[in-house]
Amino acid sequence: MAKIKGIELIKDGKRLDGRKPLELREVEMKVGIIPNANGSAMVRFGKTIAVAAVYGPRLLLPKHLQESDKAIVQCRYNMAPFSSDDRVKPGPSRREIEISKVVRQAVEPVLFLENYPKTTIDIFIEIIQADGSTRVASVNAASLALADAGVPMRDLVIALSGGKINGTLILDLNGLEDNNCEADMPMAFTANKKEITLLQMDGELQPEEIKKLMKEMFKAGEEIYKMQVKALKDRYSE
Amino acid sequence: MRASYILKLIEKNERIDGRKLDEFRPISIEKDIIEKAEGSARVRLGKTDVIAGIKMEIEAPFPDTPNEGVLKTNAEFAPIAHPDFIPGPPSEDATELARVVDRGIRESNSIDLEKLCLVEGEKVWGVFIDIHIINHDGNLIDASALASLAALTTAKVPKYEDGKIVRGEYVGKLPLLHTPINITVSRILDKYVVDLNREEEDIADAWLSIAVREDGYICSMQKGGNKGLSVKNVDEMIELAVKKSKELRKLL
Repeated sequence: MAKIKGIELIKDGKRLDGRKPLELREVEMKVGIIPNANGSAMVRFGKTIAVAAVYGPRLLLPKHLQESDKAIVQCRYNMAPFSSDDRVKPGPSRREIEISKVVRQAVEPVLFLENYPKTTIDIFIEIIQADGSTRVASVNAASLALADAGVPMRDLVIALSGGKINGTLILDLNGLEDNNCEADMPMAFTANKKEITLLQMDGELQPEEIKKLMKEMFKAGEEIYKMQVKALKDRYSE
Repeated sequence: MRASYILKLIEKNERIDGRKLDEFRPISIEKDIIEKAEGSARVRLGKTDVIAGIKMEIEAPFPDTPNEGVLKTNAEFAPIAHPDFIPGPPSEDATELARVVDRGIRESNSIDLEKLCLVEGEKVWGVFIDIHIINHDGNLIDASALASLAALTTAKVPKYEDGKIVRGEYVGKLPLLHTPINITVSRILDKYVVDLNREEEDIADAWLSIAVREDGYICSMQKGGNKGLSVKNVDEMIELAVKKSKELRKLL
């Protein structure tokens, strides 16, 4: 998605894809989609599709990487070459390395790592299609995949993006908005305790705007939480 | 043992080196230290020591911004700086640091990139910020961001003649519009602490790195650490970062 000079992203209170400022795209979640994985999930926000698989806790090799008193979490966020307008070159880019780290840190706080010494919990995320907000789709998918794997969790982790276009605060940025917005702020938090486990921002926002946006994101997060719970229930009521 | 001692002190609002919780170590900024570079600066925060150098090269512009220069930031955790730093491709932390510093400068529109176009759609100036860690004693992000900004303020645009860069001759200063200052606020025992040294970093629960522009706008944020932050934490951390950014900006 290209940067377009002077593009008007919001007209008469509606975004270019017809959404109201605080409206999410169509969200779809499905749990248990990869039979080989201990846990897996697909999360779609509009055209953005993230697939996550969890393997483990399993013995970590080589041995020198093991922690004697806890498990470690290894996470890889990877974009499929065909997922974007321009082909994404295979191999980890700097962006993917950073996102892998923040996604890992978004879910780590809810895990009981001390219960599984010397092991690894591997979270692999593939972005099948990218249209903005891929890292938050990834966090939701990772949260569901961990739950599906039966890894004990303190809480589910909810994630969504917020931002600002043409002076208006919005939720769930698509690719075009992501590239032309005044600010972009992805956030993840634990569903019940509301602890923020991922927070990034780039653009221009006043401290007051950040407060206001976070409030709306917590509100919309309730919906995403319900969807996560439903996706998990659907998986086990089949 | 040492960690529990540091925690005990923090509980009493004290630190191992005698600082207040919201106090930086002595900051030194040396500018123009590398003659070969178009701009450079060395920043020391206590024992943390970082050099940022600016090199300018001719680049092709991005297709969607054909008349703007390009900015690239890279960080190297050279093995000279700490026993944990090993030679090889940039680590996850080095990659994150470079991207956080880059975002602070990019998103605040710090550099007037439109003034760096040579031939629209074909040739523009590339501004390369390279960060080299000389000694690591904590708070590498703030030190690197400050060194990068200080280096940018010294940077000059080389002469460009007959399709070639004439090294050592300049046409003017690199056009700068804003001065974003990055402040990383950490939470230890529900207290906010700035400018952590290496030992303090090991016991911090979580941190939030915040780039503040001179007009009070927040231009980038990055959360790190193993624990979560409450909304109140975030609000108060931003408030502290805004305050500290004003102090640091005066040193430029």
